[in-house]
Amino acid sequence: MDRKLKVVHYLNQFFGQIGGEEKADTAPLKKDGTVGPGLLFQQLLGQEAEIVGTVICGDNHFNENLETAKEAVLELVKGYRPDLLLAGPAFNAGRYGTACGAVCEEVAGRLAIPAVTGMFPENPGVDLYKKSVYIIETKPSSMGMKDAAQQMVGLALKLAKGESLGSPAEEGYIARGVRKNYFAKERGATRAVDMLLSKMKGEPFVTEYPMPVFDRVEPSPPIEDLSQITLALITSGGIVPKGNPDHVESSSASKYGKYDIQTAEALSPETYETTHGGYDPTYANQDPHRVLPLDVIRDLEREGVIRDIYPYYYATVGNGTSVANAKKFAQEIAKDLLRDGVQAVIISST
Amino acid sequence: MAKELEKAGILTVHICTIVPISKTVGANRIIPAVAIPHPLGDPTKTKAQEKALRRTLVEKALEAMQTKLEGQTVF
Repeated sequence: MDRKLKVVHYLNQFFGQIGGEEKADTAPLKKDGTVGPGLLFQQLLGQEAEIVGTVICGDNHFNENLETAKEAVLELVKGYRPDLLLAGPAFNAGRYGTACGAVCEEVAGRLAIPAVTGMFPENPGVDLYKKSVYIIETKPSSMGMKDAAQQMVGLALKLAKGESLGSPAEEGYIARGVRKNYFAKERGATRAVDMLLSKMKGEPFVTEYPMPVFDRVEPSPPIEDLSQITLALITSGGIVPKGNPDHVESSSASKYGKYDIQTAEALSPETYETTHGGYDPTYANQDPHRVLPLDVIRDLEREGVIRDIYPYYYATVGNGTSVANAKKFAQEIAKDLLRDGVQAVIISST
Repeated sequence: MAKELEKAGILTVHICTIVPISKTVGANRIIPAVAIPHPLGDPTKTKAQEKALRRTLVEKALEAMQTKLEGQTVF
């Protein structure tokens, strides 16, 4: 290679060292050279490539202004005339993951520059962008930074140099669903029988064509008469009685709380607060209704628009919480609600 | 959670800020909210204006409950 490849690195406000949740609304900005984890990436890139600039955007700003933020980030990236873009890694941070995915998709699609990011498989950014973006599979937290950076750099350099890639499993990225022809050692019939024999013996085998998972649910039929229903409230925004009596975790929640609101007309900031650790709690703590709208739903109950409100609300924290846990919470909650004749639920999420 | 509740036969509306995530997790009735740290409020407005805004969003959710759907829908 005659000259060093030019690399731009995309980071959120946290890894970009602007600040925590209170800075999550930071608009896109650029800094020349490396920032934060960029230093590690630069070490791994070595003499072959140089991180010429870092583009940083707050996670809330990006997700709340998706179209304009994408454009602004793209312009800043373009200004460096890079050969390669690295984004994140975002680990299991949902907003960061969607931002990294969107940036990579834009850069690869519109600037025709290879782009690589990294995420934990449960990051919602994976399902949204895995078809169009190279996403290295990472650990859920920044404990996995070093491995992630190594694999991201390896894949990115191969892409930038136009080298051929191995399978997703070999390269460490999440399968995009692209089929590639190759000559196998054994013919198909032999491979299929081998797989079947392994399966019958209870031995591990690797399918060559994983079946897609269609995990969608048919929408429930509409409600004919709202004035006959009992409505329940659930939030993933972490609104709990002050002091968080059930110790619902501020991230990666392993539980939910069930709280009596039979006599509560509204949620005062003196008695309720948020325990969510993934957004700036200032606004929710000033007025919990900004996350859990009990006040207006009480009004609607009084006006007879709905018959009544279920005497309890449920709260958990949707912040890196595993899909398996969320599923389990909902199954338990559904049992309560079915037993007590609840017809409809509003879930509010931050 | 929305998906599991619907599976159990309880109609569920999701009020949330990041609509693409709600779509990915499989909510069927989705109401886009105001902002991540205050989905159902806006600290720049007066208390009364904020409550009115919140009521509009909740009414939208009730409207969604009464709407027949073919698939995932953003209201």
